[in-house]
Amino acid sequence: MQAKRSMFYLRTVFASLMRRRSRLLVALLSITIGATILSGLVTIFYDIPRQMGQEFRSYGANMVLLPKGESGTISPEQLEAVRAILPTDDVIGVAPYRYDTIAINDLPFIIAGTDFAGAQAASPFWGITGEWPSGRNQALIGREIANTFRLEPGESVVVSGTNSEGEPFEKTFSVAGIVQTGGQEETFVFISIDDYGAVVGGEVAFDIVEMSVTSSGAGLEELVTAIGQETEGVTAQLVRRVTQSEDTVLSKLQSLVYLVTIVVLMLTMICVATTMMAVVAERRREIGLRKALGATNGSVVLNFLGECLAMGFVGGALGSLLGFGLAQLVSLQVFNRTIDFPLAIVPLTIFSSLVITTLACLLPVRNATKIDPAIVLKGE
Amino acid sequence: MPQMLLELKEITKSYGALDALKDVSFDVEQGEWLAIMGPSGSGKTTMMNIIGCMDKPSQGTVLLDGRDISQESARSLTTIRRDSIGLIFQQFHLINYLTAVENVMVAQYYHSLPDEAEALDALKRVGLEERARHLPNQLSGGEQQRVCIARALINRPQLILADEPTGNLDEANELKVLELLRELHQEGRTVIVVTHDPEVAQQARRTIVLEHGRVHEIRDNALAHQA
Ligand SMILES: Nc1ncnc2c1ncn2[C@@H]1O[C@H](COP(=O)(O)OP(=O)(O)O)[C@@H](O)[C@H]1O
Ligand SMILES: [Mg+2]
Repeated sequence: MQAKRSMFYLRTVFASLMRRRSRLLVALLSITIGATILSGLVTIFYDIPRQMGQEFRSYGANMVLLPKGESGTISPEQLEAVRAILPTDDVIGVAPYRYDTIAINDLPFIIAGTDFAGAQAASPFWGITGEWPSGRNQALIGREIANTFRLEPGESVVVSGTNSEGEPFEKTFSVAGIVQTGGQEETFVFISIDDYGAVVGGEVAFDIVEMSVTSSGAGLEELVTAIGQETEGVTAQLVRRVTQSEDTVLSKLQSLVYLVTIVVLMLTMICVATTMMAVVAERRREIGLRKALGATNGSVVLNFLGECLAMGFVGGALGSLLGFGLAQLVSLQVFNRTIDFPLAIVPLTIFSSLVITTLACLLPVRNATKIDPAIVLKGE
Repeated sequence: MPQMLLELKEITKSYGALDALKDVSFDVEQGEWLAIMGPSGSGKTTMMNIIGCMDKPSQGTVLLDGRDISQESARSLTTIRRDSIGLIFQQFHLINYLTAVENVMVAQYYHSLPDEAEALDALKRVGLEERARHLPNQLSGGEQQRVCIARALINRPQLILADEPTGNLDEANELKVLELLRELHQEGRTVIVVTHDPEVAQQARRTIVLEHGRVHEIRDNALAHQA
């Protein structure tokens, strides 16, 4: 028997939602937007600590290797010895550099031989116009050099200097790409270590090695100490600037996310509450009629609450999907990687939007219960 | 002596300084058809609201089936209204997002149990079985009023209150509505109709004429017919 009543109740709630949908669209839209932002931010936030570990490495190396002792350089063998100490999975990028001075059109610049794959991994924040060099006789030139000589990718640059034997050389490289970093790299010409050996000569060795590893804090310091003790002629140093700011930024970001979420949820609530106020005002006669037909305050509340909850559910469900889309978009744009869909976000978002819409409906529904059935005869 | 369904004793309803009703007393027999007439603002609707348990008098007592409804709480008035009164309005007051049959079922829902077959029967009775699945805005005024009547009769109330039921209808629809009210009356229901139309009032056994909130005249139409 009760089932028949519940069925009819659902039928009227559904009819109201479907046949008056244009009226409820604004409320549904705001619930959906609120839920989208909530689930999007939570998804991103859930993923951020993972993201940030990677991301801060992307802001450059967090460890540098410097030569110690007479030789003044780091040999490939020494570099291998260091790599042996580090767990393979933790090493994101290793960028060895060998420097010398050269001239372009009689203006002095620095030429750097490097391993482009390693440099790219260790410095993903470098802004490249054109391409990373992929073969011999290709160079990556700094933005400042490109601006000075009006060079574009695809054109060539002639560098001159003195090789390790003390003989002058002049060599033409094709410009694969132009690098922008905001730092001194913009006055460098980067070439592969093989080209460097061919042009400048000397034995293969590095002036500095920049490394990006995933450990941070105490773990990183332990690695640094271990490298210093276990390898001859090499010292490791932390790049403090990056590693220390990590925690501060993370916690600031965390409070920002909380703040934005709370503001958005408040706005959603206000929007739903205003819409429902208008809906109740618009349906005064219907409410009066229902009461005249014998509806108790409880059943009037039930009717409106049913509609609110239905909207909360639909908005929450839509929002959790759209929110994932948003999170994915942000992650791709900002962190350049995809995130997995955290299933738990769906019930969480739906639950939150049910709570929000219920709270938002309380005041309007209270107004509804105050409506006097006598208005139906008076025809107000 | 016939049983009284309704006894009004010196009813006064005041809105501030204004008395919408003043010392109104009359009885309505079980099964009677009573018409209420009077110029606009004379207190007809105010009286219907009091009889219909939607409002309480400022002074005086109203006995509905022997029970003093002027003293009841809002909650028990709701129950009385639900169980013994059928309302018909000049503006129909159908819920605009529900179909004709769903509108009738709303009355069942609050009274006892929604029963679609029974609601369809009621619509058939007012000649609207073809229109049961239409929304109010797809129905003519006369059809809407008949849905309203089907809704008023679905729970078999003792008392049917109609406030200017033909006020918004053309002549043909007015006749249909009057015919339906006559049938309800013949079934033994008590019918109270507020009207401006002397023809409608003629159908009733008695007419109470209000003026400025007071009973101006009680006319016995049966005697008039005989004369
Ligand atoms: N809620 C109210 N507040 C103040 N005055 C009212 C209210 N309801 C009715 N009135 C007044 O009471 C008088 C009778 O109204 P009503 O019963 O609606 O008249 P009728 O239905 O005969 O046209 C009118 O003067 C009207 O303005
Ligand atoms: Mg009136």
